[in-house]
Amino acid sequence: MRIIDRRQNPKGKNLGNRQRFVSRTRTQLREALAENIRRRSVSDTSSGETVTIPTDGTHEPEFKRDHSIGQRSRVLPGNKEFREGDQIRRPPQGGGSGSNASEDGEGEDDFVFTLSRDEFLDLLFEDLRLPDMVKRELKSEEAAKPKRAGYATSGPQNRLNMVRTMRYSLARRAALGRPKPAAIEEIERELERLQAGEIQPADGRPAETRIAELKERLEHLKRKRSKVPYIDPYDLRYNRFEHVPQPIAQAVMFCLMDVSASMNQEMKELAKRFFMLLHLFLQRHYDSVHVVFIRHTNFASEVDEDTFFHGQQTGGTIVSSALKEMLRVVEERYPTSSWNIYVAQASDGDDVPGDVKHCAELLREHILPITQYMAYVEIDPGQRLRTGFVDSDESDLWRGYEPLSQEQDNFTMRRIGEPGDIYPVFHDLFRQRETTS
Amino acid sequence: MSADKPNTGAHGGGKKGGQAKRRTKTQTKKTGAAKAGAPAPKKSGQLLFEGADWNFDTIQRTYDAIEEIAQGELGLDLYPTRLEVITAEQMLDAYASVGMPVMYSHWSFGKRFAQQETLYRKGLQSLALEIVINANPSLCYIMEENTMATQATVIAHAAMGHNHFFKHNQTFKRWTDADSILEDLRYARRLVAECEEYHGQQAVERILDAAHALSAQGVDRDRRGDRPDLAAERRRRAQQRHAEREATDDLWLRTVPKPSGGQVREPEDEQLEAQRRALGLPEENLLYFLEAHAPLLENWQRDLLQMVRELAAYFEPQRQTKMMNEGCATWTHYQIMNRLRDKGQIDEGAMLEFLHLHAHVIAQPNFDDRGFSGMNPYALGFAMMQDIERICTEPTDEDKAWFPQIAGNGKPYQTLREAWAEFRDESFILQYLSPRLIRDLRLFKLRDDSAEDNYVVEAIHDDAGYKRLRRALSEAHDPVAAQPRIEVTEANLRGDRKLYLEHRVQDRRQLDAMETRRVLRHIAFLWGYDVQLSEVDADTGERIAVHNPKD
Repeated sequence: MRIIDRRQNPKGKNLGNRQRFVSRTRTQLREALAENIRRRSVSDTSSGETVTIPTDGTHEPEFKRDHSIGQRSRVLPGNKEFREGDQIRRPPQGGGSGSNASEDGEGEDDFVFTLSRDEFLDLLFEDLRLPDMVKRELKSEEAAKPKRAGYATSGPQNRLNMVRTMRYSLARRAALGRPKPAAIEEIERELERLQAGEIQPADGRPAETRIAELKERLEHLKRKRSKVPYIDPYDLRYNRFEHVPQPIAQAVMFCLMDVSASMNQEMKELAKRFFMLLHLFLQRHYDSVHVVFIRHTNFASEVDEDTFFHGQQTGGTIVSSALKEMLRVVEERYPTSSWNIYVAQASDGDDVPGDVKHCAELLREHILPITQYMAYVEIDPGQRLRTGFVDSDESDLWRGYEPLSQEQDNFTMRRIGEPGDIYPVFHDLFRQRETTS
Repeated sequence: MSADKPNTGAHGGGKKGGQAKRRTKTQTKKTGAAKAGAPAPKKSGQLLFEGADWNFDTIQRTYDAIEEIAQGELGLDLYPTRLEVITAEQMLDAYASVGMPVMYSHWSFGKRFAQQETLYRKGLQSLALEIVINANPSLCYIMEENTMATQATVIAHAAMGHNHFFKHNQTFKRWTDADSILEDLRYARRLVAECEEYHGQQAVERILDAAHALSAQGVDRDRRGDRPDLAAERRRRAQQRHAEREATDDLWLRTVPKPSGGQVREPEDEQLEAQRRALGLPEENLLYFLEAHAPLLENWQRDLLQMVRELAAYFEPQRQTKMMNEGCATWTHYQIMNRLRDKGQIDEGAMLEFLHLHAHVIAQPNFDDRGFSGMNPYALGFAMMQDIERICTEPTDEDKAWFPQIAGNGKPYQTLREAWAEFRDESFILQYLSPRLIRDLRLFKLRDDSAEDNYVVEAIHDDAGYKRLRRALSEAHDPVAAQPRIEVTEANLRGDRKLYLEHRVQDRRQLDAMETRRVLRHIAFLWGYDVQLSEVDADTGERIAVHNPKD
């Protein structure tokens, strides 16, 4: 009997199979994810994701009998009162619930499994990228990351690469014929025994000749051994790193939302989901992402997430107040030289008529120049089709922002009518554009 | 602890017992000296281990003691064993690849892994304590989380019980080759990897998906499993190729003198007949049929089909002997643990833990209990082994009437060993299920007919019922009967090349239409042309239903 400890063996033997499985269920997974993100909090991104998918693409069919028809007999244990010929009422759900069904009907209606966080995000943000990453790269000389770049023949001791070094050493020793200690030992041993008279040379020569010969050879080997060192400075190899400039790896995301009475809970929910997606997406690209929540009615304030989504507040609507508040926060805490700034604004599009122009101006003059990207989503469950109440199907704010979205690359606006729109709209906003590269 | 702890123990079967004994002795002495001051154990032996923790020494020591009992007292004959300690995660990995240490890549294993992982992480299911592989040397995986008492049970169960069963049971001997299974699996993995490299992952998956769907139909049941002999296989293929040529060669058909003398047959009939003969129809091994005769498959695709078919054959004996195999292993661990206790080699704590585990394993809920999910093979198997032992040693008059060959023969172990070697679940029940056990389990037989409103109790544990119950239980343990019987009945190789399958319907038990259609799509893909499956009543010959892949 042998005992072998396999615990140190690499785990994740099934990683390949798992990836195959995930890629096979990609479409279904993406649908399930869209469903899943409806239920999440904005900043909850740490956990893996439990996703339920239908088994269509992963079902493994086999010939099996239909358990609802035909005659079969079963042998069961635990009879208490039955006699031969007794009749027992069929349980309401039909005959399929006995031993047979549970053995081979695997109960494969839906398939629940947990994705790792990376798998989750990979799927979620497939073919999406951040627009306009280029601009800040130039400004961020201080953020450089070391990156492996081959090997060097010199360097600090702590970067000595043992494997490489020993490989060169081995090759050199082999090439120069450095005698092995065993070879020397063998000669020494023979010499000793010859001198002690234990053995005689095999070819019948006198022992002295052989001794002289061996001594000379031993001398030669020893000399050679001292000349060819075990490790030569020539062998040394060091890991080499290059400093590659990185774009600033931190971002702040401003969530601006109108919380005036015209935004009802349903609309807020829609906005929340959008913000959450954006947060996840940014987290994927930056080492750290800060989120700043600014809500506004006729005046704006920075609040925490819970208040942002659930707090009650009434008042009029002055959108520019939020924009000003945002600028104030940037000024105070997020110097543009070291932060990438993203803005997402959600509103139902209502604004005091005189304020719209002011907003557009603020955006053009102050906000857009310092932000990486700004997205404006108009939450509009009725899609502005509420008959004749509003004269056109465009909101005040939409009309005011529209020219901006034409002239500025880093500003986009979309409408969201129902939860199903969010992901497509998001996808649309961030899909990879050939033009940016 | 070192990562790999080779052991000096001999691997040759013969020397093993002696060496093991010697080592045990010296080690017991050592433990004895070390614990001189401890209170004297009740019996003569020394404790093999104490407490829950284990290390490689305690496992080695325990293994040797267990092996001594298994070989010396129970008369088991074993393949050499390799114990491999693995983590829970590795156990999950092993689950996913149907318990095998090596497996080819396929998404379905990933799916199984994801399923198991979810169940495990949610705490809905605990992991198996061990997996044992029918190979020579026998591979036995034990989990690091197990306590020492559990490890001892697991060793007695798998490394002794299953091991002996694998080595001696006829079904295993005929169907599988313990010497080559690992090599076969490595071949499978290599083959799949190579094919993927040349033909792309998708193309390979397509074939494997289809082959997996048919793997239950890839076993030669009627031949009752002669082990697939590669040379014979090659001969069979050559013959098939030859026959195929004959069948499709017009010239040959016209020039060779016809065997039928007086009767003049239509040439078309003649041709069809020749074709059927060449194709070996009717053929129930669908996978083999497609591998040999599907007109459009390329060689690598046929190789993949063959590989899946051979692996299916490897698992077949496990299906056919599940209950006996578990019964044998459970009986063995029960015997061994009790004997270890009697010798004072394990303490009461370990024994209690063992009994708890054992009770859990052999629990058989009644049909109306919440946890009921059919007959528990461990429970039935263990009960039958115990019962046979009882019949051999303390038979009642009833036993003497029912089992004159073995009742009171006083050789329970030999009787059991013979039974383990010669039977499959189905025949084992037919041979050995006693009225006493039927009464103990209070078995009854229920008729479930979709045409009737009620279930009908057909037999209970009384004189009139014993034989009927025995037969019914035996049938329920026959995987061949449980599987719908589907045959290739006709394949038109010249016209539209349509393939005709037939399901012989017993007791109006038809196929699940949706599933059938899905499988037919796989068959149609492999065959390359249209496929049709008819369901025919086995008694009347009436055609009940027709399935097409495109419905």
